Amino acid sequence: MGDISIFLQHLTNGISLGSLYALIAIGYTMVYGILRLINFAHGDIFMLGVYLTYYGVVYTALPWWIVFLLAPLLTGFVGILLEKTAYKPLRGSARITILISAIGASFLLQNLGIVIFGGRPRAFPVPQTLNHVVKLGGVSINVVTFIIPAVTILLLIGLTYFTTKTKTGLAMRALSKDYETASLMGIDINRIISITFFMGSFLAAIGGILWGSRYPQLMPLMGSMPGLKSFIAAVVGGIGNITGAVIGGFILGLGEIMLVALLPRLSGYRDAFAFILLIIILLVKPSGLMGGIREKV
Amino acid sequence: MLKIEDLHMRFGGVVACNGFNAEIETGQIVGLIGPNGAGKTTIFNVITGVYKPTAGQILYSPAANEHHQLSGLGPDKIAKLGVCRTFQNIRLFGELSVLENVFIGNHLRVKSDVFSTVFRLPHYLVEEKRMYEKSLYLLEKIGLQDSRDEKASSLPYGMQRRLEIARALATDPKLLLLDEPAAGMNPQETMELIQFIREIKQEFDLTIFLIEHHMDVIMEISEKIYVLDHGLLIAEGDPSEIQQNERVVEAYLGVG
Amino acid sequence: MNEKSKTPVTLIILALTIVGLYLANRFLDAYQIRIINLSGIYVTLGLSMNLINGMTGMFSLGHAGFMAIGAYTVGILTMPVTMKEMNFFMQPIVPFLADVEWGFLPSLFAAGLISVLLGVLIGAPVLRLTDDYLAIATLGFAEIIRVVFTNTQSLTNGALGLKGIPNYTNTWWSWGVALITIWFISFLMKGTYGKAFLAIREDEVAARAMGISLFKHKVMSFAFGCFFAGVAGGLMAGLLGTIDPNMFRITLTFNILLIVVLGGLGKIGGTVVSAVIVTVMMEVLRFLDEAIDLGFVRLKGIPGMRMVVFSIILILVVIVREKGLLQRTKGRELTYAKN
Repeated sequence: MGDISIFLQHLTNGISLGSLYALIAIGYTMVYGILRLINFAHGDIFMLGVYLTYYGVVYTALPWWIVFLLAPLLTGFVGILLEKTAYKPLRGSARITILISAIGASFLLQNLGIVIFGGRPRAFPVPQTLNHVVKLGGVSINVVTFIIPAVTILLLIGLTYFTTKTKTGLAMRALSKDYETASLMGIDINRIISITFFMGSFLAAIGGILWGSRYPQLMPLMGSMPGLKSFIAAVVGGIGNITGAVIGGFILGLGEIMLVALLPRLSGYRDAFAFILLIIILLVKPSGLMGGIREKV
Repeated sequence: MLKIEDLHMRFGGVVACNGFNAEIETGQIVGLIGPNGAGKTTIFNVITGVYKPTAGQILYSPAANEHHQLSGLGPDKIAKLGVCRTFQNIRLFGELSVLENVFIGNHLRVKSDVFSTVFRLPHYLVEEKRMYEKSLYLLEKIGLQDSRDEKASSLPYGMQRRLEIARALATDPKLLLLDEPAAGMNPQETMELIQFIREIKQEFDLTIFLIEHHMDVIMEISEKIYVLDHGLLIAEGDPSEIQQNERVVEAYLGVG
Repeated sequence: MNEKSKTPVTLIILALTIVGLYLANRFLDAYQIRIINLSGIYVTLGLSMNLINGMTGMFSLGHAGFMAIGAYTVGILTMPVTMKEMNFFMQPIVPFLADVEWGFLPSLFAAGLISVLLGVLIGAPVLRLTDDYLAIATLGFAEIIRVVFTNTQSLTNGALGLKGIPNYTNTWWSWGVALITIWFISFLMKGTYGKAFLAIREDEVAARAMGISLFKHKVMSFAFGCFFAGVAGGLMAGLLGTIDPNMFRITLTFNILLIVVLGGLGKIGGTVVSAVIVTVMMEVLRFLDEAIDLGFVRLKGIPGMRMVVFSIILILVVIVREKGLLQRTKGRELTYAKN
C-alpha cells in the first residue's frame, strides 16, 4: 500500500510537471511552425509572466484571479513586442543570424529581470484557494497538483478549437505548412505572426503562474532551464506539432520525476536527463515522436 | 560508362520517376529532355546521390574493368569516382571568389593531410601550386581569368553557369552531368556554349549527360536523346528519330 | 595572393605584440595585467568558435563545456599533491590522479586533447543536424558536462570546485597561445581544407557534389575548435586559480558569441580586435553593476546592467549588419522561414 501511494504521488507530480512543460512547449512549437525559429527568449517570457503576476498580486488591490488573467495578457503583448523588435527586422536573413538575435533577446530579458526585479529570490504569493493539501486514500496531495493538468487540458481544448475551427487558426496552420503559398493567398503574415507570439507568450505566462504556485520561488533566471527543457519537449514530440509538444512535455515531466524517484542515486543528473533524451531522439527519430515539419532538401 | 536499370523514385506518394532505363557509352554526349516536372533533375539527383533511389540500379563503369554501383553511395563518394554535375538553380559558393570556387573543386583529389596544409610542408605546396595552376587554366578556358578575385555571386548569370562547369571540371570528372547549361542565355551565348561543351569534351576526355530546354542545343549536340514525361521514358534515339517521334511531338515539341 | 608583401606586416605586428607585452609587464598593475591575460584568452576562444560557427557554418553553443573540460584538466593535472588532499576533503580524489603533478605545457596539451576527445565523441553524432538543432544539442552537451562535473565528486570535487590551482598563466602564455591560434587558423583557412570548410558554409549540397565529405570536414573543424577552446579553458584555470562547475554556464558561451558576432562571422582579424574590445569593455562597464565612489558622490550600481548593455549591442549589431547585407543581396531568395 505504502509503495503504491508513493508511486501515485510521484505520478501526479510527474503529470503536473509534464503539464507545465507542455504549456511552455506549445509556444515554442507554434513559433517554430511558422518561422522555423527557436525562440530562445520564450523561457524568459515565461519568467516575465511570473513576475508580472507577482507584482500584480503584491502591489495592486486587484483580486488574485483578475491578476492571473491580466498578467498573461500583458505577457502576450510583450511577446508581440519581442517579435517586432528582435526578429522582424531580420526576416529574410540566414537562420544563424536570427538565432543569434534570439539568444541576445533571451539574455536581454534575463538581465533586465535582474536589473528591474533584483537578483534576490522572491516568494510567489500563492492564493489560499490553490494552496491546501487534500488526502486521497492515504496520499496527501496539494490541490495545485490537480489544477495544473486541469487548466492545461482546458487550454488545450481551447487551442485545438482555435486552430481547427477559426479562420485565423486555419490561416496559422496554412502558414506553417507552406509559407510561400499562404503568403500568396493573401494571408496577412504579420498579423498571424503577432497572434502566434501573443498566444505562445500567453500560454507561457499561464504556465509560469502555475509553476509559481507549485514551486513558489522566483528568480530572474528561472525561465532558462524550464525554457530549454520545454523546447526539448517540443522536439521530442515533433516540432511544429501541438499534440506532439504536449506528449513530449508529459514524457519529460514524468521521466524526470521518475528518474529521481526510482534511481535516487542519479538524482544529481536530473537536469541532464532532458538533454540526453533530446540527443537520443535527434539521432533516432529527428522528426520527433508525432512527426514534425519535414525540411525540404 | 553509365547504365541505369529500372530506376524508381518516389517521395511519399509522389512518383518522380517510374522505371527509367538508359545507357550512356563512353565518350558520348547524351541529352535528357521532357516537359517541366517530368523528373529530369530528379534523375540527376539520384545519379549523383542526393537521393537514394526507391528501386533500381545505377551501374557506373569508368574503365573497362572498373564497375561501381552508385545507388546508395553519398554524393561526395560519387564525385570522387568521377561523376560531377552542375545545378539547374546555380549553386556556387557565392561569398567566395571566382578562383576559390574552382580551387575548391580540386579539393577531393588532395593527398596531403590537414596538418601538412597548416604547416605548409613542401609536398603540400607542390600540390597546392598544381591546384592553383589548374584552376587558373580552367578560368582562362571559360574566359574569367580577369575576374578571378571577384565574388562569385557578383558575376552575371551566364558567367555563373560557366563557372559552375569550370568548378565541376576541377574535380577531374569522367562523366559530367549538366543541368540546363544554356538556361537564361541568348542565342549568341548559346552557340558559344555548344562550342565550349564540345571543346571540353575533347580536351578532358569526357562523357556528357545533359538536361536542356533549348531544343536547338539538344538536337545539335546530342548523339542520343532520352525523352521523359511524368517520370516515364517515352522515347529514345538519335536526334532525327526523336524529332519524328509522334509521342514526343505530342507530349513536348508540339507544345513548346 | 600577394604573400610576399604580407610577411613584413606580420613580422611587424608580431614584434609590436612582444614589445607591447614586455612594456605592459613592466609598467602595468596586476589588475591591468589580468585584463590583458583575459583578452588573450578571449582571442583564442573567439577564434575557436569562429572556426566552427563562422567559417564552417555550423552553429555550436558548446564552448562553455569544452572550456570546462580544459579548465578541469589543467586544474587537476597541475595542482600539487598536498593541495589536492586539501581540496578533496569530502571524498578523496581517484587514486590514479592523486599523485599527478604535471607542468603547464603538457597540461595545456592534455586539456586541448581531452576536449577534442570528449567534444568529438559526443559532438560527432549530432554534427549532421541543421543549425538550430545543432545549437540546442551542443548547448545540451555543455549542460550535461556541467551536471556531470557537479556530480563526479572524486574526479572534479563536485560543486565545491577546485581551489589553489597554480597561477601559471601570464601574458606570455595567454598571448603566446593566442598568437599560435591566430597563426594556425589563418594557415588552415589558407589551405585547401580551410577552403572546403568555407564551401560547406556556403552551400552544403554543392560542397558534397564537389566531393567534399561533410562529416569528415565538420568533425575536423569541430575538433580544432574544441582543441583551442580546451586550451583556453586551461589558461583560464591557470589565471583564476579557482574553478567550479557554475562558472561554465551558457553566459560564458554568450560572451564568446558576442565577440564572434561583433568581429564578423568568418573574420580572423575582426575576431581578434573584438575579443580585446569586448574584454576591456566588460571590465570598463563593470561600474554599471557595482557601486562606484567618485569622491564627492557615490553612484549606486545596478547588478545586471552590464549584460543588458551587451545584449542590446548584440541584437543591434546583428540587425544593423544584416540590413546592410540585405540591401546588397536584394533579389536573392529568402532564407528565413523557407528552408
